[in-house]
Parts: sequence; C-alpha cells; structure tokens
Amino acid sequence: MSAEINLTLKVWRQAGPSAEGRFVTYEADGISTDASFLEMLDIVNERLIEAGDEPIVFESDCREGICGTCGLMINGQAHGPQKGTATCQLHMRSFSDGDHIVIEPWRATSFPVLRDLAVDRRAMDAIIGAGGYISVNTGAAPDANLTPVPKETADTAFDAAACIGCGACVAACPNSAAQLFTAAKVQHLNLLPQGQAQRWARTEAMVETMEAFFGSCTNHGECEEACPKEIPIDFIAWTNRDYIKAKVKNRKLAG
Amino acid sequence: MLGSLDARIPAGSLDTKWTDHKFSMRLVNPNNKRRFDIIVVGSGLAGASAAASLGELGYRVKVLTYHDSPRRAHSIAAQGGINAAKNYQNDGDSVYRLFYDTIKGGDYRAREANVYRLAEVSVDIIDQATAQGVPFAREYGGLLDNRSFGGAQVSRTFYARGQTGQQLLLGAYSALMRQVAAGTVELHTRSEMLELVMHDGRAVGVVTRDLITGEIVSHSAHAVVLATGGYGNVYFLSTNAKMCNVTAAWRAHRKGALFANPCYTQIHPTCIPASDDFQSKLTLMSESLRNDGRIWVPLAHDDGRAPHEIPDADRDYFLERKYPAFGNLVPRDVASRNAKTVVDEGRGVGPLRNGVYLDFSGAMARDGEAVIRAKYGNLFDMYERITGEDPYTVPMRIYPATHYTMGGLWVDYELMSNVPGLFVMGEANFSDHGANRLGASALMQGLADGYFILPYTIGNYLSDYLGDPALGTSEPVFADAEQAVANEMSRWLSIGGTRSVDHYHRELGKLVWDYIGMARNKTGLEKALSEIPALREEYHRNVRVLGSADTLNQSLEKAGRVADLFELAELMARDALTREESCGGHFREEHQTTDGEAMRDDDNFTHVAAWEWNGEGTPQTRHREELEFENVELTQRSYK
Repeated sequence: MSAEINLTLKVWRQAGPSAEGRFVTYEADGISTDASFLEMLDIVNERLIEAGDEPIVFESDCREGICGTCGLMINGQAHGPQKGTATCQLHMRSFSDGDHIVIEPWRATSFPVLRDLAVDRRAMDAIIGAGGYISVNTGAAPDANLTPVPKETADTAFDAAACIGCGACVAACPNSAAQLFTAAKVQHLNLLPQGQAQRWARTEAMVETMEAFFGSCTNHGECEEACPKEIPIDFIAWTNRDYIKAKVKNRKLAG
Repeated sequence: MLGSLDARIPAGSLDTKWTDHKFSMRLVNPNNKRRFDIIVVGSGLAGASAAASLGELGYRVKVLTYHDSPRRAHSIAAQGGINAAKNYQNDGDSVYRLFYDTIKGGDYRAREANVYRLAEVSVDIIDQATAQGVPFAREYGGLLDNRSFGGAQVSRTFYARGQTGQQLLLGAYSALMRQVAAGTVELHTRSEMLELVMHDGRAVGVVTRDLITGEIVSHSAHAVVLATGGYGNVYFLSTNAKMCNVTAAWRAHRKGALFANPCYTQIHPTCIPASDDFQSKLTLMSESLRNDGRIWVPLAHDDGRAPHEIPDADRDYFLERKYPAFGNLVPRDVASRNAKTVVDEGRGVGPLRNGVYLDFSGAMARDGEAVIRAKYGNLFDMYERITGEDPYTVPMRIYPATHYTMGGLWVDYELMSNVPGLFVMGEANFSDHGANRLGASALMQGLADGYFILPYTIGNYLSDYLGDPALGTSEPVFADAEQAVANEMSRWLSIGGTRSVDHYHRELGKLVWDYIGMARNKTGLEKALSEIPALREEYHRNVRVLGSADTLNQSLEKAGRVADLFELAELMARDALTREESCGGHFREEHQTTDGEAMRDDDNFTHVAAWEWNGEGTPQTRHREELEFENVELTQRSYK
C-alpha cells in the first residue's frame, strides 16, 4: 500500500566539470512510496524551481531500465539497494520514513563529472569502437538461418548482450575498471559463430582499450553485485582466458 | 505556394517497382562518394543504420545526437519484436501478405508502393542483424524462432527476449562505432539540432547547441537526414523516453517541410495504468503478452472482489467475445478502444478503476510457470518493480497509453521531404504505417529506411551536385541561424515567470489526452484549438527557466522542446478536426458504425494531409496527396 514518507537527502552539487563540488542537504517531505526514485527527485526539483534555486542535474531517459542513461550512487551503492534494478526502476517503497539518503554521481576518473550528478561516459563508446562489432557491411549478410546457433549458446550470448552500458560496474569497482562492461561486450560476440573471425583481434583490442581508459580488474566482484542486469562475472573469466590466447594467436596470425 | 504533392512513385507493377527504381536511379561512383558530406540527426535504429551504411559506402558522414551515447536512443526500449516475411514457419507468409497486413492494419491510409518495398526488404534486415550478432531467439535446432503479433495470423515476428529494440540497436550502433573508428563517420554526442539551414531552397546544414557547454555550432552538408523519432511526448504521459521530442522535425517544418497526418497517433493497449499525479511516464508491457495473456474485466460494474475471487462466469473476456477470430490479438487501436469502453462503463479494475486485467493463469496452467517465465520473465519482473504486485499470482493490470506516432514529416518515395536535400526516416516520417502501425513494424521500418532504402536514394539526389563543395559555415545563412538559436536561449532565460517547464508540459499533455486522445469529437477539438493557444501564450509569458545558457541546463533544453510541442498540439487538433472520418488511431466519435467500429470515408479522405507552415500565428495550409490503391481493395477492417 502506498504511504507518504519524509526524507533527508544529501546531494552532490557541482556547477561544472572544473568547479568544486559539495554536498547540499534537502528535506524531501511527503514523498509517496509509489513514486520512483527519479520521480522523487523530479518533485524535489519542482520545489527547488519554485523557490528560485536551480534544479539538481541528473540524467535519465527511458525510465524503464533499458537505455542505461540514469545511474546514481545511492547511499554508496550503484543504482541503490534493490538488486538487479537500475535507478529509474527503484521505487520509494524501498525506503522508510525518516531515512537519510546520500546521492552522488558515478565516481571514476574516466567518468568526469559534468554537472551535479551527470558524468561523461564516452570512454565506453571508445571500447566498442575498438572492436565491439562484427564487420559485416550492409547487404553482405547471408541468409539468417544458414548458420544454426545452438540455443544454449545463443542464450548465453544473450545474457552478456543484456548489458545496458550504464557504467554501474565502473562506479562500484574499487579500481574503477570497466571489466564487466568490456567482458559482456566481448563475450556476446565471441560466443557466437558469427563472431569467430574477429574473436582474437576483438578481445585484445577491447581489453587494451579498456585498460587505457579505466583501471585494471583485480577480481573484487563488486561489479556483479551492482549490475542492474545481473550480468555474471563468469564473462570476465572467459574474457581473461580469451585475452591470454589472443596475445599468442594474434602474434602467430600476424606471422 | 506548393503545387500538388508528387510522391514520385515509380511506374510499373507493385512487385518490380523498387527493383526497377534502384536500377534507374543515378549512382555516385565510389571515388566521388568521399566528396559528399551527409548529416544524420539522431542515432536510433534509422539514424545509426543509415550512418553506418553511408559510412561503409564511403560518404563523409556526421552523426548528431543529443544523447551521451548513440546506444541510448529510444529505439532501445522497443520490446516485442521485428516483423519479416521470411516464412520460416511455413505458415503461408509472403512479402505480399506482410504488405497486405500492413496496408490493412494501417486502415488503408498508407502508400501501397512504400509498404510493399518495406515488406520486400524486411527479409534482408533479419539477415543483416543476425550477421552482426543480434541474439534473436532460437529453437533447439539452432534456427530462428518466431512468434505471432497483433494484426497478423502468421508467426513472422523475430524477437530477442523482451528487448528486441536494444539488441537491434546494439547491432546498428556497433556498425556505427566501427565506422566512427574507421574515420568515415564523425560522431557528435550531446549536440541538439535547433535549426535547419536553407540556401537556394535546399537544406544545406543544421545548427546545434552543445548541451554541456552551450556552444552554438554550424554544420554544413550536401544533404541532411532526420531520424529523430516521434512526437508522443506531446501527451506528457506516454511510453516515450523523457527526452523524446519533436524539435528537430518541427524546426524543419518551420523552414518549409510539410508535416503530414499529425492526428495519427497510436495508443498502445498494454501499459501499466497511471497511479498518481507525480507520474513521469507510462511503462509499456510488450504487446507480445497478448499471445498468452487473456484480457478481461468483471461483468458487473464496480465489482469490488479480488480477481481470483471472481469466477469465470462473472468475467467478461471482452476481446474474445467481440472478435472471435483474432481474440486478444486484434490490432492495437481496436484493443485500446475496447479497453477504454469497458473502463468508461465503470468496469475498470485496480485502486483507481482505470485498468483491465491481463491474466496468465490459464497459460501457466497449460504450459507451466517455467515456460511463461522464459518468454516474459523480464516483463513480469519490470511489472512487479513498478507496481509492487506479483503477476505470477495476481493478474496484471493494463491500460492504453500513447506509444507511437504515425504522422510525421512528409516524404516522397525516396524518403526526401518537399525540401530538396532534407531526408526523413523512421518514426520521424509519416510514410509506411498509414493511420495505425502494426506491432513489430516500427523496428522493421526504421532499419529498412536506414540500411536498405536511404543509402540508395540519397545518391540519386547527390549526383546532381557532383563537384559542388558544401556551403561554407561562414556564409550568412549559418550566422543567421546561429543568431536565432542564441536569441531563443536568451529569451527563455529572460522570461522570469513563476512555473516550471514541466508544469506546462504536464498541463499541455492533459489537454491533448482529453481532446486528441483515444477518441476525438468536434466539440473537444474546437476546445483544444482555443485552450492550447491560451496555455501556450501563458507558457511564453510565465515559464521560469533558471541558470544560464553556457552550462548543462536541462530546464533550458526542455523549454524549446515544449514550445514546439505546443505548436504541434495545435496542428494535431486542426488535422483531427479536418479529417471527418475515423481511421486507425484517429477515432472520431461522430464517425462510427452501429457496433462502435471506426468508419472511414474513402470517397473524401483517401489522402494524406500534409500541412505547410505559414509563420507564427497563421494556421498552416492543408495540402493533399491522393492515395491510389491499385492492388488492394479497400474494405471495412474486420477482425471478427
């Protein structure tokens, strides 16, 4: 059943990329437990605008947990307390009257803060550009049923492909590594028969591009806990294995 | 003034038009392609697929998107699937049948030639996406699986769990990023198009605002391609993503591009009902749920019992009762209107009595919970997260919500608007779905336009300009457009009113939903035509936009978008008022059959209405493109 709760928010405010940031405290009273977390922030922003204060900048788009635009550190947890749930799908019924909630942007050197809670995640696109594709020009594809893919393989590739590119794995990682993101993208393609031709080149290029922008993975496993799509850390293990093989094979392939 | 609208549909029989036309179009040879600049605005299915394909061909492409990454475009949220006439299920599907179903589903208000071409290239899309690694659902033998969808009696829908849109977009996005890395495509994220730049009657570029720094930038090109989505957010509450807007298309309209059939909007039947005033959006549950879920309401008015306490005899499975042949799989407009009817009768369910049940208990008894979980697990989880109710034990509650807009910028057969050099693809154009779109056809159209149609047709236009460099951005037309954007920003910031942009957007949405929603009538539309301008006037006088123009300022971004939605809403009302018939998503209460079905007026309205901008404060002029049906006989749509 819905109820109204009163909250105290400690929100990170930062005027721009090079400005000093600080926490500002806001009272958020009379919030319905049926509201989503972002709707709660919408309400706070409406009240700020009414009072003549600039609203809190936070990003969101689909509000259905699939576009990956939203993403907040809520009480130190990426996307908040509900497992397997993006910030936009988190509802206030997960909180209680009188709660204090600390809201921060993703914290990582490779995700510079743009303003308040919004960060720049372009480094993730660079990882895709390094090899997160199968090279097939438009029109060059054979009939889709020419190559059967065992259902189990397709399903596992799908589990990896479910990544929404939100960056929670980076925010949760003590090293700020984007290893879960990278591994999910690598394995989605490496598992499929269509992805074999570029498997080794892809693995090496994507892992090394990841390392150029982000920290290195040391198997903390925090990423798996934070992932709103619950992508298993197994993909990291498989990617590490592929990476070692790739280092050898790519030298051989190059002659 | 414009002459009559010529869609430039090639002569010849339906099944050879596209093949013949491809041969007759002029080509740009590979060495010359790199001398042409093309701007693609938008990075969804249509934009990403076109930009990637054009880059592969060797054109110099620039992609502009307001997102932080192309992968976030709203195509990502499509759930159910993508149609293609593969006939892998051996159930009698064919290009002609997909064409026929789409024409019929669109209530005979789409162009035959466009729709046939769409059906024709649909099969190539599946091949392309599969080769890119899109993980479509598969059978145990390793081949692709299909399911059925509303408005069709064959299984032709390819799907990737409940996230077909994300998987197809990731395919197109990966192809795009490959071209970005190869240097053929220049990607500008967080760049919002705010002006179309014209020179000598042609589109020669755009002006954008950098959403982080506020910098106003000119981009010139030989051709501009808009792939900027639909305008469903005119309702404020819709299934669209929060940032979806009509601005790019509208700014082009204000520069002379005709806006066609704005009153054709689609209400999706299976969304989660609204729960409160602070609601920021409505969430769609894939239409595929109707394959296994049965829709019902209590027979009695205000039946207060919990669903499991209501025996079968006291339930009304109203779609199965009224449409025995299609049952729960009638097209979206029919399903939506029937839900509205039973809710208006006082038979709605849920705390606000504003929904109908979608019940899986029968399917779970038949197939087992595991099978249902495998098919719809993520949708069930999403429903539970939002409502706090478990759909495995309690029937879902659903109600229609705005989902897609069939109207859009007018384009000819080559996807070019009436403005030379301005092309429009995907949901942003009006061309293929008539008055109602079938499920799983939006992804098909976006990718058909982007992968297989525009990359051919744009060459036919560009070949006239071989050797001409793109106009320099130092030309006065660019400076003027930049100044217009700068003036607009200062105007919003200087109003200093009392209410937020969102406040006015929400108020506008209520008007549009009440008067130009699921059912329209003359009185309501006339009210809309007086109340919308009044609210717009207040908006321009009293909106409060704080902050400055040289930072990330989300209120400022929204201010211009909402202003454009106001103007569009008025045009929607005018279009709906002029179209004195019911067809597809446009239901005029004055025009219905005795049993409440949409009644078309083929003698007077078998045409596209395309509106020409006449300047602020002057109503647009209505132009017509007559629709010729040479292959399909116009009939009263019946799904009984």
